[in-house]
Amino acid sequence: MSLPVQLLWLIPALPLLAAGIGSLTPRSGRGLASGAAIVAMAISFLLSCGALATALAQPAAHLVHNFAWFDLGGSAVRLGWLLDPLTAFMCVMVTFVGTLIFIFSTGYLHEDANFTRFFCFLSLFAAAMLGLLVANSLLLLFICWELVGLASYLLIGFWFHKPSAAAAAKKAFITTRIGDLGLLLGMLWLYDSTGSLLFYDGGQGVLEATALGGLVAQTTIGGLAVSTAIGLLIFCGAIGKSGQFPLHVWLPDAMEGPTPVSALIHAATMVAAGVFLVARVYPLMSADQGLAHVPVHALTVVAAIGAITALLGALIAVAQSDIKRVLAFSTVSQLGYMMLALGVGSWVAAIFHLLTHAFFKALLFLGSGSVIHAAHHEQDIRRLGGLRGPMRATFATFAIGMMALAGVPFLFSGFWSKEAILHAAHNWDVSHLPLYAGLAAVVLTAFYMTRLVAETFFGSPRSEEASHAHENSAVMTVPLILLAVCAVLLGFLGTPAYPWLQARLEGHTEVHGHPIFEGAGLLMLSIVLVAVGIGSGWALYGRRPRANANALDPIEGRLPGLFAVLRARFGFDELYAATVGRLNTAMAALSDGLDRYVWDAAVRFLAALGEFGGVVNREADEDVLNGGFDATNDRLRGTARSYSAAQTGGAHGYLRTVAVGFVLLVLIVMLGGGV
Amino acid sequence: MTGLLIIALVTLVPAAVAMALRNVIHSALLLILSWAGIAAFYFWAGAEFLAFSQVLVYVGAISMVVLFAVLLTRHTRTDGGVAPDTLGRALAGLLIGGAVLGVLFGAVLSTPLPIGSKPAAAVTVHGLGVELMERHTIALLVVGVLLTVALLGAVVLAASDSRSGPEDAR
Amino acid sequence: MILTPLHLCLLLSSALFCIGLIGALSRSSSILVLLGVELMLNAANLNFIAFWRYGPNPAAGTGVLFVLFSIAVAAAEAAVGLALVIAIYRHQRSIRLQDARRLKG
Repeated sequence: MSLPVQLLWLIPALPLLAAGIGSLTPRSGRGLASGAAIVAMAISFLLSCGALATALAQPAAHLVHNFAWFDLGGSAVRLGWLLDPLTAFMCVMVTFVGTLIFIFSTGYLHEDANFTRFFCFLSLFAAAMLGLLVANSLLLLFICWELVGLASYLLIGFWFHKPSAAAAAKKAFITTRIGDLGLLLGMLWLYDSTGSLLFYDGGQGVLEATALGGLVAQTTIGGLAVSTAIGLLIFCGAIGKSGQFPLHVWLPDAMEGPTPVSALIHAATMVAAGVFLVARVYPLMSADQGLAHVPVHALTVVAAIGAITALLGALIAVAQSDIKRVLAFSTVSQLGYMMLALGVGSWVAAIFHLLTHAFFKALLFLGSGSVIHAAHHEQDIRRLGGLRGPMRATFATFAIGMMALAGVPFLFSGFWSKEAILHAAHNWDVSHLPLYAGLAAVVLTAFYMTRLVAETFFGSPRSEEASHAHENSAVMTVPLILLAVCAVLLGFLGTPAYPWLQARLEGHTEVHGHPIFEGAGLLMLSIVLVAVGIGSGWALYGRRPRANANALDPIEGRLPGLFAVLRARFGFDELYAATVGRLNTAMAALSDGLDRYVWDAAVRFLAALGEFGGVVNREADEDVLNGGFDATNDRLRGTARSYSAAQTGGAHGYLRTVAVGFVLLVLIVMLGGGV
Repeated sequence: MTGLLIIALVTLVPAAVAMALRNVIHSALLLILSWAGIAAFYFWAGAEFLAFSQVLVYVGAISMVVLFAVLLTRHTRTDGGVAPDTLGRALAGLLIGGAVLGVLFGAVLSTPLPIGSKPAAAVTVHGLGVELMERHTIALLVVGVLLTVALLGAVVLAASDSRSGPEDAR
Repeated sequence: MILTPLHLCLLLSSALFCIGLIGALSRSSSILVLLGVELMLNAANLNFIAFWRYGPNPAAGTGVLFVLFSIAVAAAEAAVGLALVIAIYRHQRSIRLQDARRLKG
């Protein structure tokens, strides 16, 4: 079965329909809302598989279907759908993971009063995300981009009666908006220079040779090529959405939302949209590679941001104690990896890691959701512990996810995709710093994931809630098992020996494999690093489990200063509050002062002038004119009183009279024939 | 022609329902739909710019102002019960409104309306801008002043006059 | 007689006008009365466009410009009207239009 590109809109349309149904369903209609959402998502998954079949039949082609949205005066605004292996793989991933998470949510939110609202928002999100993937126009992509932001806002703040959730939703929305401004500016600039926003349009699109040639040829401020400047502005949007340094602060707070939301939006799909965006406009981002005399290449900036984020996220994750925050910073770090891969020129490695990460990170989040649900919303790992026994399925799947994320060799998908990225970084001829950042993050990732598993599942329960935990129902464990299977198997789509996924993404039909041990030195090094990370993590947390909830963290005992800095996340939130927040307050105070003292004074002066004129006028009036008018006025007043009886003061009455008068007037004109 | 009928349906039905509903918030939300229908009419008639203005001004701005007004005066969110005087007024309103409707329909249907041989040329945004800036400059300025004054007036009216208090209640 | 598209447009606007009128005449809430008036104004705008589109002498853009100005005025009217509603509400704790009859002679 294959899906022609003209029907690609069906993929986002079905969840949108489900969202519409969900919004009209009363609160009691739980089955209808969740059923519609799951069925729509499942059908979208089948359609995505059809689209994948279409795309794989001719992987090198960008199948497009463009149409005019509307004519505005002389010019037409055009949108379109795009189908290529990148879109198709992403759609399949989003719909598959989405379906599983929807099913999981029916269990997780079973007791929530706003169950239908949740599924309405979730479907809206899925529709916007899928629309973003199939868009063949930067404008359509931007619209969907903002819609996923809106859905994310609504879902983070789903429990809006919690002040922290409401604040987190606001923070996420505003922070990503800073990046979106860059994206908007880049979009406007792109339209101004090329006259189109379609990606591929039979030679006229912005990602095709003609337009790119024009963009590279012009230079702008600071000697940058225009394509570099536009690329960097678009990358700003990706920084905001994908939680990259320095706009990463919103992502950990976004964990205030329900856990399935964290899994779907803030781990698997939406945050990966930034990576997808850069991969989508990759021809634009890499257009300046051939130029020798430019101050910076767009991709170099991407690599630098990615490397910083990968390291920073991993460092902070080491010292967090909330199970979801650890995973959130891990997501930040992994997204940094993907950006790093994009920057060093291997966008296929980035997408490969995106796909594998989506599966195992969704698995980890759902696993943590399962733990939190079982432990009555206790999510502090210091107060958990010993859940290995009572929650076998969750433990097994969580361990698989942990090993995939940590990059345990050969069997798990994370290993292969991470190796692909490190390999690409190794081959980058500009600098080896990203490679070192990546390798350091490998150790840290293995370390903090071991810590997380050891603290949560080993030892003995350290709180009332944890000791009463028991395994959840099948509606929650079956998605975990399916995701765990994928987290293992997906890696084999892209091993160096048979890089099928990479070849298809790049548009080749035949696959050229290499022996796995070709870059053996790097491979061995990273295996050793993983072993070091897991070993040291186990030595610190696994061998001697934490005695009680208040015991010091082993690192905290040895390096209290460092631990405090890491726990405080390097103080980025405080820094922003002290700089951006204070600047904002100062500007507001300045405006207030201007208003109060400058403008107000001017207005008061004018008013005084007017008052003076009034005084002069009154003097003249009373002395000169008052005499003979009083008598006339008395008579007029009498007449007026008799007329005023008709004034009932009710507006309805007046309007009624006007209407009746109108009818009479028209009748007179028509019947009298006096047209 | 089916386009026009659909637009008429989308415009008239929500408007009529809105005028009959008890809950003012529901009415306001339905009217947003009706206004969007009017925007669709402008689109259908080839006045795209107006369609956007309609969406921006009515669907975007006025609806919000209305909702704010409803929320600020929340104590009477429903339109009261069907008190006898309300019922009487509703009947009178229906009667008079029906009469106006009949008169208008009669007038429209009995008038032969010649249709221009060629449809109006599409007005581009560029052309519209030139027209506004050349032939209608004064009007544009007056509208600007009017909007400013209206905004200031609205602020003055709605601002709580803490200084004077309700002393002007005679 | 022939029912031209222009007739249909005019019938549509008449119907909208009367819905607005009935609303304005029969509702107590002054917000709804104001909304009814808005609808009547919109109906008038529809007429402008209908005649511009089908009129025998479509001078370029006049109808569109008229509606543009009309929308601007409507925006001003809505702002002032709703501010009035709020002012009335503050003075008599009610937005029922029949309560606001201090202009009675």
